[in-house]
This record gives sequence, C-alpha cells and structure tokens, in this order.
Amino acid sequence: MAQPSRPSRFPLGSFVVIAAVLGGGAAAFAYTAGWLSPERLSRERVLAALSPPGGPAPGHRRNHTKGLCFTGSFEANGAGAALSRAPVLAAGRYPVIGRFNLASAVLAQPDGQARVRGLSLSIAGPDGSEWRTAMITAPVFPVSNVEAFYALQMAAKSKEPGAMGAFAAAHPEIAAFGRWAGSAPWTGSYAEERYNALNAFLFTDAEGHDHAVRWSVRPEARPVPVPHEQLAAKPPDFLDGEIKARIAAGPVRWTVTVTEAGPEDPVADPSKAWPEGRRTIEVGTLTAEAVQEEQDGPCRDINYDPTVLPPGMRTSADPFPAARSSAYALSYQRRAAEAAAYPHSAPGGRP
Amino acid sequence: MTAARFSPMQRLLHWLMAACILAMLFIGVGMVSTLSTRYLTLVSIHKPLGIAILLLALLRLGLRLRRGAPPLPAELPEPMRLAAHLSHVVLYGLMVAMPLLGWAMLSAEGYPVVLWEGMRLPPILPQSLETYALLRQAHGLLGYAFFAVILAHLGAALFHALVRRDGVFEAMAPVAGRVED
Repeated sequence: MAQPSRPSRFPLGSFVVIAAVLGGGAAAFAYTAGWLSPERLSRERVLAALSPPGGPAPGHRRNHTKGLCFTGSFEANGAGAALSRAPVLAAGRYPVIGRFNLASAVLAQPDGQARVRGLSLSIAGPDGSEWRTAMITAPVFPVSNVEAFYALQMAAKSKEPGAMGAFAAAHPEIAAFGRWAGSAPWTGSYAEERYNALNAFLFTDAEGHDHAVRWSVRPEARPVPVPHEQLAAKPPDFLDGEIKARIAAGPVRWTVTVTEAGPEDPVADPSKAWPEGRRTIEVGTLTAEAVQEEQDGPCRDINYDPTVLPPGMRTSADPFPAARSSAYALSYQRRAAEAAAYPHSAPGGRP
Repeated sequence: MTAARFSPMQRLLHWLMAACILAMLFIGVGMVSTLSTRYLTLVSIHKPLGIAILLLALLRLGLRLRRGAPPLPAELPEPMRLAAHLSHVVLYGLMVAMPLLGWAMLSAEGYPVVLWEGMRLPPILPQSLETYALLRQAHGLLGYAFFAVILAHLGAALFHALVRRDGVFEAMAPVAGRVED
C-alpha cells in the first residue's frame, strides 16, 4: 500500500543514519581508548601493580622512588663512533644530570634492603640532543616481556603462599636473575656498582650500518663485598650518606661500555645475557662531581625515559623501552599533578 | 539552484584536515592506552602530525578571515545559526590550541620535542613541573572535547544534508551536489 510521500513526514531513516554514524564514531573511539577492554594490560594497571601497600608516595616517581641527584660529566673518547654517529659519542665532554636510586616503589625503603640499585643519566649532547638511560645493578632483567613483568608484580604482592613459586614455574627465565640476586656480593656504595641498561638498542654508524647493542657503566672504585646482614643493620639512608661523603672527597667515575650483539644473540629479551666475549667498546668516562638532595635537585623533574635518544641511536625489537616510556609518562603525569605534595624546600631551590 | 560554496582551497583544507585531526585524536587516545611497541610508533606520528595540523590550521584561519564563509540559509532558526558560529569558533580554537598545548607541555616537562630523527623543535616554555601538570591535563581533556565537538559538527552536517537539505552541507562538500529546494 503505497503512500504518497509528504514533505512533512518525519525523516526517520535520515535520523537513523545520523545516529549510526555518530554512534559508530563514538564506539570506535572508545574501543581505541581501551574503554571496552578493561582486561587489556594498560599503564594504569602496571602502576597499580607497582603501588606499595600504603599507596604511592604523592609527588614521587611510581617506581625507583627513593633517590638522590648528582651532576657531572660524560667524557666521550670517540671510540663509540665505530658503532653510532650520535654526536654525544664523538670525543668531547658533555654535562650529565644523574640520579642514584633503589629499585623499589617504597619511598622509605631502607638502603640495606634493596637488592637492586639504579643509576639514571641524562647526557646533553653537543647538538642539543639528549641521551637518557635508566640502568640497574642486575646483569639480566627478571622477565622477558611486559606481561610477565606485570604478573611478577602481582605475584610478589600476592598473599597466597605459592604465588612466587607458581610465577617462577611459569616464567623460568627468572632463574638467571634469581641466581644473581642470591649469589652476587652486596656492596656498601653506589660508587662500587656496575649498572646495566639491559635493554637492547640499535646504534647506526656513519656508514648507515645498524648495530644491536646494550650498554653498561663499570665502576672505577673496587667493589668491596659486604655481608648483607651488616648492610641491613646500617641506618636506612646509609647509601646516600656514603656517596655524599665520597663525592665530597673527590669525583667518582665509571667507564661507559657498549657491547654489540652477535648475530644470533637475543635482542628482544633482556632476561637473556649475551655470551661473554662479545665485542665491547669503552666509549668514555662518566664522572659524578656533586650530589644534590632530590627535593631541590636537578634530577627531580626529569623523566628518565629510555627512549629519549640522540640521532644515531634508536629502540630495537626489545619490547621494554616502549612500555617503560609509556608507563614513565603516566608516572610523570601523576607526580606532576601532585607536585604540591613534594614541594621544594626553599623558594628558588631548583637550579 | 547553485548555493554559494567555500572556495576549492578551503574545501581541500577542510577535508584534508578532517582526516588528519580524526587520525590524530584516535592516535592520541590509542597511544595512552598501550604499553606495546605501537606506543612509540604512535607517538612518533602524533608529534609531526600535530605540527602539520598547526600549520594547516593557521593557513586555513587566514583563508577564512580573508575569504569568509558562504552565508547560512536565511530561514535557518537563530539558535542553530548561533550554534553553527560558536562551533566553528571552538573548532578553529582547538585546531590551533591542541598542537600548541602539546608542544608547550613537552617544553614544560623538559622533554625533547623530536619530530623525526635529527629534527627537534625548540622549547616554547621554560621547564616547570606545575605548568606541565596543567598543560598535560588540558591537552587530554580538550582532546576528548575536540572529539565530542567533531561528532556534533558531523551530526549537524548530516542533519543539513539529509534532513534540512538546505545547501549548508553542499557548501563544504568535496564535489558539487544538487540542492533540492
């Protein structure tokens, strides 16, 4: 039964089309934002997993929370040019803003209880570019991928007695880290530690050839093993006091080394060490010349995002730098919003 | 009937920027939701695309100020007329403000603004954690607002095209259409 179309007829079809277009657009946006898939591993969930029992310390980093700033220099000897055309590896002396820290999300973490220590660097290249890196004392990362890192945090905070055992059974790669944690000597100083970037990056040389590399800094100071019980009995901030006194007496140095992967070495898995004997180049000397309390120090407002790299360096197939960059950005965003909770001690305290 | 239309250059810029801005908003909301290696890929598109949108927006704003827009149909009710003008002001404002906020926010963080390897923009603000916090929040919230305004704009365009059929959509349509009167 055909009806003559009247101009005043309510154009239902047109409104359906409009609603479908707008609803489809909004749904696609929500899907992209992850709002329709809360089970997806997000940076919010990773930060929640890292959060200590009492919640994060407002205004502070969400991990490697306790730290101390230092300033100094990186003196490149030019040998790194064999691997990368980064201006910061050309012979010269470049300023450094660094941070000694503990690998723990607890602000009040006693120094003697942190098995893993960290060293972060921001090196300003001669061309204005920057090389940021955040390294730790462990020679391998505990896990192979980001999902396993999240599962490790959840297992570590789990109250179930078998949680860590179950995690280790499901992630056997953690054994190498466990062997190091159980057997490597503890030291009584940030200055006596070797720090490793662990993640693999790609260096591009002047001819345009790529080299997969990992870098480390090796201490000039001779490591003196100290029994853990002895460190645990020391004051909670003894590492801070020790490094302040040591640097007040004179600069503290490390040799910066870059190791190139062999053709078959795992680039995408920081839980796997590369074999001994890989080509390793000493590219320069890191010197810590002065220490500052974090509250008023120059490292405080730096996001040590490991993907801030100069030309001639870039990320590799290693999945961690991207995840770290994403999670560090949220950590930075949150602590910036809480800046009032961690104020400078004196007006104009920041350089 | 031949309704007045935007100039070909204005139409080209409109549709080019529509694609850029929609891509930009999806990249932005997608990148902050992921920890995968796609994060770095998305961020590396987000920055140069944002600067491209800023430059296109300034060019377009100049054209709009010089050449204006075709008049709205005389029979358009006053509230719709007002909504059209206000939404255009908001859209132009966001097109210019969003890239500037992103650039200023990274500047306040002291984070290098690298568009591609070897191409770094200077900071436009001194480093300040408190300023960063404000700008970062504004960038995120205005991003959602931008998408909402675009949906409203799209809905209004379709309303003109399908329901009112008054030539307003055709004024910006990529190719000339027939207008029923």
